[in-house]
Amino acid sequence: MHDLAIADSVVQIASRHANGHQVTKVYLKVGHLRQVVPSALSFSFELVAQGTTVEGAKLKMEEIPATGKCRACGAESQLECFPLQCAACEGFDLEIVAGEELYVESLEMEDQELTG
Amino acid sequence: MHRTAVKKVVFEGVLDANDALAQANRERFDQAGTYVINMMSSPGAGKTALLEHTLDRMRGKLRLGVLEGDVQTTLDTDRLARYHVPLVQVNTDPGFGGECHLDANMVRSGLAELPLGDVDVLIIENVGNLVCPAEFKVGEDARVMVYSITEGEEKPLKYPLMFRSADLVLVNKVDLLEHLDFDLEQFLSNLDAVNPGVERIFTSARTGQGVEEWCSWLKRHGAPS
Repeated sequence: MHDLAIADSVVQIASRHANGHQVTKVYLKVGHLRQVVPSALSFSFELVAQGTTVEGAKLKMEEIPATGKCRACGAESQLECFPLQCAACEGFDLEIVAGEELYVESLEMEDQELTG
Repeated sequence: MHRTAVKKVVFEGVLDANDALAQANRERFDQAGTYVINMMSSPGAGKTALLEHTLDRMRGKLRLGVLEGDVQTTLDTDRLARYHVPLVQVNTDPGFGGECHLDANMVRSGLAELPLGDVDVLIIENVGNLVCPAEFKVGEDARVMVYSITEGEEKPLKYPLMFRSADLVLVNKVDLLEHLDFDLEQFLSNLDAVNPGVERIFTSARTGQGVEEWCSWLKRHGAPS
């Protein structure tokens, strides 16, 4: 359900940055540890974009794997599932260095200049 | 006329706008000297019932206030009205089709009706939901999760975001332990898998078990220094 609120925020960010241009693609980075459901977010995005300069734009989501740095041995490991555990020493005291992202990375919009 | 696509770098957090409002709320709470708890759980875990015990027991000891978040109705504030503490109901229904969570702006809208200067600890009872509220900061000092043992052992693994973000877990309805096939050890091991060593208190809003300990926690964190 909160996909609607997230989609609404994505559309607002995109239309603000596009500043009146028609947006065609929005690139979103989503950390593995977020509870974002891609299909639900795409659906909501399409819905809330209607009537804005983002209408019809494609939402391109890229997942960022979760990475943790072990506070005990210093090793960095990719974290696939819970429990989040160091691959080197099997410790549980990890600093999450990636996987909690949720941001609009870039967008593509139409440039209305004459090109020939 | 030919249209070409141009790419623009954005790098803006989707929740930045909410986080900024949450920070503004937080500054308001700090100025008033109010400690704020964001209380979250699935629907029916016993948040309001625990609050009734809490308000009753803390009368004259700690000045509590409650901000109630629900999609619809004032049923919860009606239940709590008899404790005569500052109380405000925020319904998320006028929002985007009835939001499933409180966000920083909704909490801000409720603050106008709360005399923060008279409140040592404000408990924000979030909308019952195990997923969405965890994504939205509202300006809280601590997140307290109410989990009831009737929900099953596997919930921390299925809903890790909320369990990971909790500072305290109230394991509620423990009076039902003997009647259920609930494996407490398994639950605690699942809880530690997503939030190692998180503080936990076993409670029953029915018998009052653990409420004393929870109230001590509240006093320890929220009493004016």
